[in-house]
Amino acid sequence: MERVLLKNIENPESADINEYKKAGGYKGLPKALGMQPREIIDEVKKAGLRGRGGAGFPVAMKWTFASADPKFPKYLLCNADEGEPGTFKDRPILEKNPHILIEGMAISGYALGAEYGYVYLRGEYPGAKDVLNRAIAQAYEQGFLGDNIGGKGVRFHLAVHQGAGAYICGEETALIESLEGDKGQPRIKPPFPVNVGVFSKPTVVNNVETLSNLPYLIEIGGEAYSKIGSPDCPGPKIYCVSGHVERPGVYELPMGTSLKDIIYDHCGGMKAGRKLKAVIPGGISTPVLPPDKIDCPMDFVNMPKHGSMLGSGAVIVMDESVCLVKVCFRALKFFEHESCGKCTPCREGTGWLRKILGRIEHGEGVDGDIELLLSVAGNILGKTFCPLGDGAASVVQNFIKHFRPEFEEHIRAGKCMVNG
Amino acid sequence: MFRETAIKEIEAIREQYPTARAALLPAIYVAQREFGWLSPEAYESVSSVLGVPRATVRGVATFYAMYKHRPMGRHLVQLCTNVSCMILGAEKLVDFLKNRYGLEAGGMSSDGRFSLVIMECIGACGTAPAMLVNNDFYENLTEKYIEEILEKYR
Repeated sequence: MERVLLKNIENPESADINEYKKAGGYKGLPKALGMQPREIIDEVKKAGLRGRGGAGFPVAMKWTFASADPKFPKYLLCNADEGEPGTFKDRPILEKNPHILIEGMAISGYALGAEYGYVYLRGEYPGAKDVLNRAIAQAYEQGFLGDNIGGKGVRFHLAVHQGAGAYICGEETALIESLEGDKGQPRIKPPFPVNVGVFSKPTVVNNVETLSNLPYLIEIGGEAYSKIGSPDCPGPKIYCVSGHVERPGVYELPMGTSLKDIIYDHCGGMKAGRKLKAVIPGGISTPVLPPDKIDCPMDFVNMPKHGSMLGSGAVIVMDESVCLVKVCFRALKFFEHESCGKCTPCREGTGWLRKILGRIEHGEGVDGDIELLLSVAGNILGKTFCPLGDGAASVVQNFIKHFRPEFEEHIRAGKCMVNG
Repeated sequence: MFRETAIKEIEAIREQYPTARAALLPAIYVAQREFGWLSPEAYESVSSVLGVPRATVRGVATFYAMYKHRPMGRHLVQLCTNVSCMILGAEKLVDFLKNRYGLEAGGMSSDGRFSLVIMECIGACGTAPAMLVNNDFYENLTEKYIEEILEKYR
């Protein structure tokens, strides 16, 4: 498949507007401006585009809700708070292909009737901030942003808002709180952001990769787009692979490429011929899989049928040198640190899970600890404001489900079976 | 209080939003840069420029990991230890920074040259282990490579 989202990124000047245009950029926006906003939403619906941030929500549905709300002005927010551990798929777009995002946002803004957009960029990407600001200035100069886009009187203004190091701000209502100048704590829903979002106005929050699909989608049309990759869930997808493979990195492939092919074909298999022990397929919050369960299409529809989730498409590959109790413990340290503290099951539960896992990892586990972990996890799952708590609980449940003997051995022997 | 240039900068940022409150996060970044850390004077300055109560400024600032609430070294070393970096040896690098530079997580070297912050994922997982020094990414780290990198930061 020809690359769409990461096209031209080997060119050292790829972030420049003229290079982007030379590579075929800014063709979707003029086409979109010749259509009615409703027609654009229909194309997106025909394309079957789903949000790439992790939840896979149908984009056209979100847009339809927001565009139907009579309140004004409307806002379009780009979620560039890429913080799910293992995920580095949006960074190459932000640093090397920023105009595809800007063009995608201008198209989306027009379709929604949103005149203002912000890119909520994670604080840990300072380089991307400079690249984006330069690219936005160029887009204003050439009339792709501003008060009269394409000479058609269409308004769309865009600015970068830098986050300050909080994983939770990737959750859309926490992102909105943070953009408004508050602590990033999720809101209870409803009302949904499409009706009452940032500054109490209708707001669409879409991921970087999602919005970057728009120029191509509009250029080739929804029908043709829907033929790419998985029929249930079409389009190009950036998978980012880390850990013990020969060639870790970002891979833009048709949605639904099998996890096994990603690891063994695209990434060249296991590093130094070592044995695969476990794979986290979609960022740390998604259920871990053992080696015999990786023959599955990596898309939003099929991964749940195979016991996990696509999440952000962040594949973490672990070989037999890895202690999974330690990985689980490290993951829970992360969730405890990043819990925003708003709701009790998550705030207290992640801490308790981390403490129990810590004592197992350090050889001080006692009989009944595994049951205790499962009990605490069960009391978090489904009882929190946002999915952070669910992620933490499901990490514990799935590590135990697939690798229980390793936890038992830690408790029984008081030490690790991998690292002694 | 802020220098005149910083006040102008914050006022320009303020123009990008429909409310003054929304300029709070970027204004705190400006304060951190101007004062080196978020001292009581830094909070007071943000509060007076944006008209947001000082307690609110402090409450918001302390929620976020990248705002610094004590004086920092001249260079900020931000090392990731999350899973992708951990399984490729980040913990050994934490020990190395401690033994070689006297750097503890959250602490500063005795000569004031470096501060160390242990990060959650910084989005460099495919080239792990990784760190940021100030605003620059360094990837595929080894002990030797870290020594070479830090040599550049005096």
